[in-house]
Amino acid sequence: MNGLFERKYIIQGIFIAVAIVIASRLFYLQLIDETYLLSANNNVLRKMVIYPARGVILDREGKVLVQNEPVYDLLVTPREVVDLDTALLCELVGIDREGFERRMTTARNYSPYKASQFEKQIPASAYAKLQEHLYKFRGFYVQNRTVRNYPDSIAAQFLGYIQEVNDRDIERSNKFYRPGDYIGATGVESAYEELLRGQRGVKNVMVDAFNRPQGVFAEGKYDTLAVAGDELVSSLDKELQVLAEKLMRNKIGSVVAIEPATGEILTFVSSPSYDPNMMVGRERGNNYMKLLNDPFKPMFIRPIQAQYPPGSIFKVVNALTAQQAGMIDEHTIFNCPGGYRYGGGRAIMRCTHVDGSIPLVTAIQRSCNTYFGYSYARMIDHRNLPTAEAYTLWRNAVMKFGIGESLGIDLPGEKSGLLPTADYYTKRYGNARWGSGFNISLSIGQGEMGVTPLQMANIMAIVANRGFYYRPHLIKAIGEKKIAKPEFTEKISAGVDAKYYEPVVEGLSRAVNVPGGTGYSVRIADIEMCGKTGTAQNPHGADHAVFFAFAPRDNPKIAIAVVVENAGYGGVWAGPIASMLIEQYIKDTITLPKYIQDRIFNADLLPKLETGKSTEADKVTSSRRADPRKDPEEEPLFVHHRILANRHD
Amino acid sequence: MTNPHRNKLFGGEVDWFTILLWLLLCVIGWFNIHAAVFDPEHPGLFNMNTNYGKQSIYIFSAMIIAATILIVDAKFYSSFSPVFYAITILLLIAVLIVGRNVGGNQAWIPIGSFRLQPSEFAKLATCLLLARFLSAHSNKSPNLKTLLVGAVVIMLPVVLVLLQPDTGSALAFFALVFVFYREGYISGPWMLFGALAILLFVLTLAFNQWAVIAVAAAITGLGIYYFRRKRKIITSLVILFVISATYVFCVEFVYDNILQSHQRDRINLILGQMDDPRGIGYQLNQSKIAIGSGQFWGKGYLQGTQTKYNFVPDQSTDFIFCTIGEEWGFVGSMVVIGIYLTLLLRIVNIAERQRTAFARIYAYGVASILFFHFAINIGMTIGIVPIIGIPLPFISYGGSSLWSFTILLFIMLKFDANKKGIA
Repeated sequence: MNGLFERKYIIQGIFIAVAIVIASRLFYLQLIDETYLLSANNNVLRKMVIYPARGVILDREGKVLVQNEPVYDLLVTPREVVDLDTALLCELVGIDREGFERRMTTARNYSPYKASQFEKQIPASAYAKLQEHLYKFRGFYVQNRTVRNYPDSIAAQFLGYIQEVNDRDIERSNKFYRPGDYIGATGVESAYEELLRGQRGVKNVMVDAFNRPQGVFAEGKYDTLAVAGDELVSSLDKELQVLAEKLMRNKIGSVVAIEPATGEILTFVSSPSYDPNMMVGRERGNNYMKLLNDPFKPMFIRPIQAQYPPGSIFKVVNALTAQQAGMIDEHTIFNCPGGYRYGGGRAIMRCTHVDGSIPLVTAIQRSCNTYFGYSYARMIDHRNLPTAEAYTLWRNAVMKFGIGESLGIDLPGEKSGLLPTADYYTKRYGNARWGSGFNISLSIGQGEMGVTPLQMANIMAIVANRGFYYRPHLIKAIGEKKIAKPEFTEKISAGVDAKYYEPVVEGLSRAVNVPGGTGYSVRIADIEMCGKTGTAQNPHGADHAVFFAFAPRDNPKIAIAVVVENAGYGGVWAGPIASMLIEQYIKDTITLPKYIQDRIFNADLLPKLETGKSTEADKVTSSRRADPRKDPEEEPLFVHHRILANRHD
Repeated sequence: MTNPHRNKLFGGEVDWFTILLWLLLCVIGWFNIHAAVFDPEHPGLFNMNTNYGKQSIYIFSAMIIAATILIVDAKFYSSFSPVFYAITILLLIAVLIVGRNVGGNQAWIPIGSFRLQPSEFAKLATCLLLARFLSAHSNKSPNLKTLLVGAVVIMLPVVLVLLQPDTGSALAFFALVFVFYREGYISGPWMLFGALAILLFVLTLAFNQWAVIAVAAAITGLGIYYFRRKRKIITSLVILFVISATYVFCVEFVYDNILQSHQRDRINLILGQMDDPRGIGYQLNQSKIAIGSGQFWGKGYLQGTQTKYNFVPDQSTDFIFCTIGEEWGFVGSMVVIGIYLTLLLRIVNIAERQRTAFARIYAYGVASILFFHFAINIGMTIGIVPIIGIPLPFISYGGSSLWSFTILLFIMLKFDANKKGIA
């Protein structure tokens, strides 16, 4: 032992000091700083999204309109691929060697360790063959997903389609959607997106340092299940829709049928249509371009986006508003010398016939232009009010019939139609001293007026109900819930008392059921159908045939509007279509003579296309409407009065 | 001096308490290696293809080695220390020629499926020879010549290990400075001086060299003012300042021109000069995450996600402490640190009760080497010293390291048990 013995304590002191430094550092790391725990969780936890099945859409009887069909995505984790029989894989997937290399490079660039999409949406048939050999392809996995499937290929514009979200969708949704998600782009798919999409589930998976999955976290305690989207019951009648689409084949136009008692839309045809299955699957991109470039614009939703001068149907509205305003009653008689003279007698709006003294019922039955010229003149010129005020009163009454503003149907892209304001005329004529003679065409539903087929059908529903309507809608129930939206059960008055409807209904009934009536050829035995032919003016070419009706006269079950573009006279083309649909709906049979049926089924009324020249359809529906979601610009419908001079129907 | 932990089994009074600590560390090591390489698909405890399976063989053979050491006559170790030294030096040369290169270091000689790491055994042999050499001069007062020769004994293996290049193992030899301190070859002020040198080194790299010199100048100024009456102290303060300033510049030079880039990176990381959790900092960052996420009680055996899913490289060897920190938490870490500290203090006590200078010097050597490994290994996993690849004694996976530390410790226990028998 020597004096150096004390150095033992120095050395032991150093040992203790260092141990204390280490212990305090551990104290800080393990007990004070919480970020390390978070980092550890971030390291191992991966939230995997479980995609819910999108809600199915049924017709009013519960028959399927849209369902989900399984497809298979082939995924690859490049790092795990060994001894690959490339030729066999290419053959099974249906790609060539070059395509294989391209896909592998993309996958490798994304991550050698993470699975990424190799080929998407392999149909079930191809998958069956692939599955047998899948064990040979190490590093390849199959992930199943569902895509939309339309068993009857009907109601494309009504149902709409879904598409991958774009950056704007993601931003708008507050990052709810992620790249690769699908979103309803048009139609019901878009209108009811939030119900249809369901709720995504989350699975917490643990991964190792190379991002390889290592099993569930905490026995799935924090996982949530995916909740399938809601089932939507639409108001559509599938059988009727199928028939209507068949009847409208090779024609441009619309059919809208409404159940007056509820506002439920029974048939919603926009023609030409397309097979909604085209918007699904691997060919979607090509098909989409094909549809976009189709000169007849199948993506244009005619029932709610096409606007026509309504023609005769508007006489019904004028007859009702004039009665309500006290300007005429059912006994009011005007003299028809074969036309209505206005502008101090210098101009004439002609009638087809010379009826002499004519009462209201007959005026409706025979669609007398003269009668409604007089009645409109009374509304505007004889109310002891300045013209602009009288016109505004008239306009307000007309708007109550759902004209000039959108009806609020549950589909995106509905047009409001066109009904000019008093200001419009004051500006146009430079002062307020204009009168009924300046826009007399409005009395017969021509001129500066645009009404959608949906609005036409709704007017018929109002008449059928004798004074009110329910907002037309396409979805009547959501899952177990019997009411889709409360606003669909709200009774909306058209502002005309029920008693004023009788002469109008009588006139409409006679137009169909009395020999010589414009609709006599399409009358239905046993069913008292009330309706009228109409002609929507087309400043670009042949007029559009229109037929609107409701049936039966008492307790009406169906109100319908049929528009066939460029078909000329309404009774020939539109009438039989409406008649067949009504009879089919009410009696489940069609008694119309076979030769008429065949004529309709086989008719090809599509405008003949000449290369390099824009078509009628193009002009009518406007080529600017490539994207149905984009609001097409208003296209004022303007008809010069001179053209009106010989207008009649 | 009766101690309940001793008996006469190995021809003397063996310190059973130390053996108990040794056994505890081995068992803790085995369980944590098991956790670190645990594969749920092959949960068997004694699968010989896994690290923990092999480690159980190493532990078992370490026990046999320990028993053998205690049986062999103590004189054997002192007499043959030059031979051991010569063999390890030859092995260190051999490894440079026929060694296997693993992770950038040519440190292993493959013998069948086993890989011998001569640098682990070099510490043991150096320790023995140093003890023999210093004890031979223990009757004289410490002089510079003995110190220099002793330094040569250490520097020879250091140079050879540096050639592999395995900086971590080489640095471990410098821990023997405690031996020189205890034996009086180095005085207290010089130890302080050394500590100051390390501090300045770190500060220079962490901050700007001019800032460090400015601070040193300020402290010197304060010292001169405080000791203004004592000319002698003022002189030495000024000299110290000049030396420090020169040293700081040297550090800057060495750092920029002599250290290799991976060493620079590691130092930079520790000093917080580089934040790079994806690249070079990955290992340290993941190690801190593992330990930090263990919190107070730890995640439980085989429940550590960082451990289970291989986020920390080298986790069964140099970074085994991550597993302890993550699965056993602060409590488990303190237990391990407590065991080490107890062992170290115990060894110092054992050293001081030796009758021969040889046994005392050797025991201090053992304490120094174990202390260095303990402090540096745990220090690097929690980010207070640079990452240098050295194992945690008795706990890290590996036969060479477990055997060499066991031999190191048990030769000391043999001397202790036999102290009456050695002349």
